[in-house]
Amino acid sequence: MWTWFFQLASPKWVYRFSDKLLPWFRAATLILFVVGLVLGLLFSPVDYQQGNTVRILYIHVPAAFLSMFVYVLMAISGGIGFIWRIKMAHIVSVSCAPIGAIFTFLALVTGAVWGKPTWGTYWVWDARLTSELILLFLYLGFMALHNAFDDRKTADRASAVLALVGLVNIPIIHFSVEWWNSLHQGATISKFEKPSMDVDMLKALLMMIAAFQVYFITVLLQRVKAEILEREKLSGWVKKLVTNE
Amino acid sequence: MNSQLLSLIKREISVVMRSQSEFVYPLAFFVIVTSLFPLAVTPDPVQLAFIAPGVIWVAALLSILLSLNGFYQADYEEGGLEQLILAGVSGSNIVFAKSIANWVVTGLPLVLVAPIIGFLFNMDVYANGIAMLSLFLGTPSLCFIGSIGMCLTLGLRNGGVLLTLLVLPLFIPVLIFGASSIGAASIGVNYSGQLAILGALLIFSIMVAPFAGAAAMKISID
Repeated sequence: MWTWFFQLASPKWVYRFSDKLLPWFRAATLILFVVGLVLGLLFSPVDYQQGNTVRILYIHVPAAFLSMFVYVLMAISGGIGFIWRIKMAHIVSVSCAPIGAIFTFLALVTGAVWGKPTWGTYWVWDARLTSELILLFLYLGFMALHNAFDDRKTADRASAVLALVGLVNIPIIHFSVEWWNSLHQGATISKFEKPSMDVDMLKALLMMIAAFQVYFITVLLQRVKAEILEREKLSGWVKKLVTNE
Repeated sequence: MNSQLLSLIKREISVVMRSQSEFVYPLAFFVIVTSLFPLAVTPDPVQLAFIAPGVIWVAALLSILLSLNGFYQADYEEGGLEQLILAGVSGSNIVFAKSIANWVVTGLPLVLVAPIIGFLFNMDVYANGIAMLSLFLGTPSLCFIGSIGMCLTLGLRNGGVLLTLLVLPLFIPVLIFGASSIGAASIGVNYSGQLAILGALLIFSIMVAPFAGAAAMKISID
């Protein structure tokens, strides 16, 4: 029963497995994006105050959500790799970083574009925006630290420690709008309460979040595959794979 | 506090005080950087008093960042750190002792010099007192948080720039609450909330940093 779990630690098995998974995830990404964008751009109502500007929501919210989700995943898999010395966990952790950085950047840029017409300014130095910016710096620091070491094992372990330390920032970002008075609005989707937005908007937003999530998994698998090839380039099965194909 | 920790702290302080540069440079840096602002921004006393909290805090933060290297790099290169670990001293004790020594040698002088800068920036006595208090609570957290970054970059060739990139994001919360407590005090608003958060950050960083730093040090040494 546990075999599949242990197999996750084997780069060769994961490589094969993600090869099998990837077509499905690619297709799912495409479908979800098309459905989500059609719902969001054509079939969701305009905001009574913001007009069509509100549609930035369908990119901004999923990107911001994933920027934090990816960081948590990166830190947890880094921690797993650090504690149990599992090579695959480090590979996942390292592969997460650039994707997360891009999502963070996307959330900041779309937020700025959205802020101009609604708040009247591209940027304010309030808690949520600043902590999201710190998150971007943490991603960049993680990648820089990983690049700085010559020995890959040392690099993996050191950057895992950094990722775990930076995890402190995640609750700060999440609760910043509740703890401080901010221009940024509070959460509109919650598990426990009725969402404070239109049902059609909510449908489109959830679809877009799902699309971003699936897109993330697709890119992650792709990056993990590349990282495995890079790290296992001296092993027999990679040589076989490269020469036979 | 056990005797090992005490002797470690004594060792760190005596090693650093032997070459006075570690003690004098950060302080000189602090004074010079702050004196640049009136030249660059404005000599107007009202505006100076307005920007003073931020200037003092940023300068203090940068001079602590500069001082971190002196406590680790020489020790690492000469093998002293390795010897301590081989002798069975726990890594977290070393990091704790180094952070305390770092604060005593660089943080404490900053706290004492800050009011002079404050007066030059036209801050009143009351705000100056809060500035000292907030630096007193905030600078030790900076030493502790900085030690994590320092341990991670030990033995790297271009460690200095990387250290800045790693540590500054983690410094930001301390900076925000430190500067805003002085700002609140100077306009007469309640500042106890910011000071309480500075204290909480201090406790949290003392709890976490020695262990994270020790883990990082182990990676760098073996």
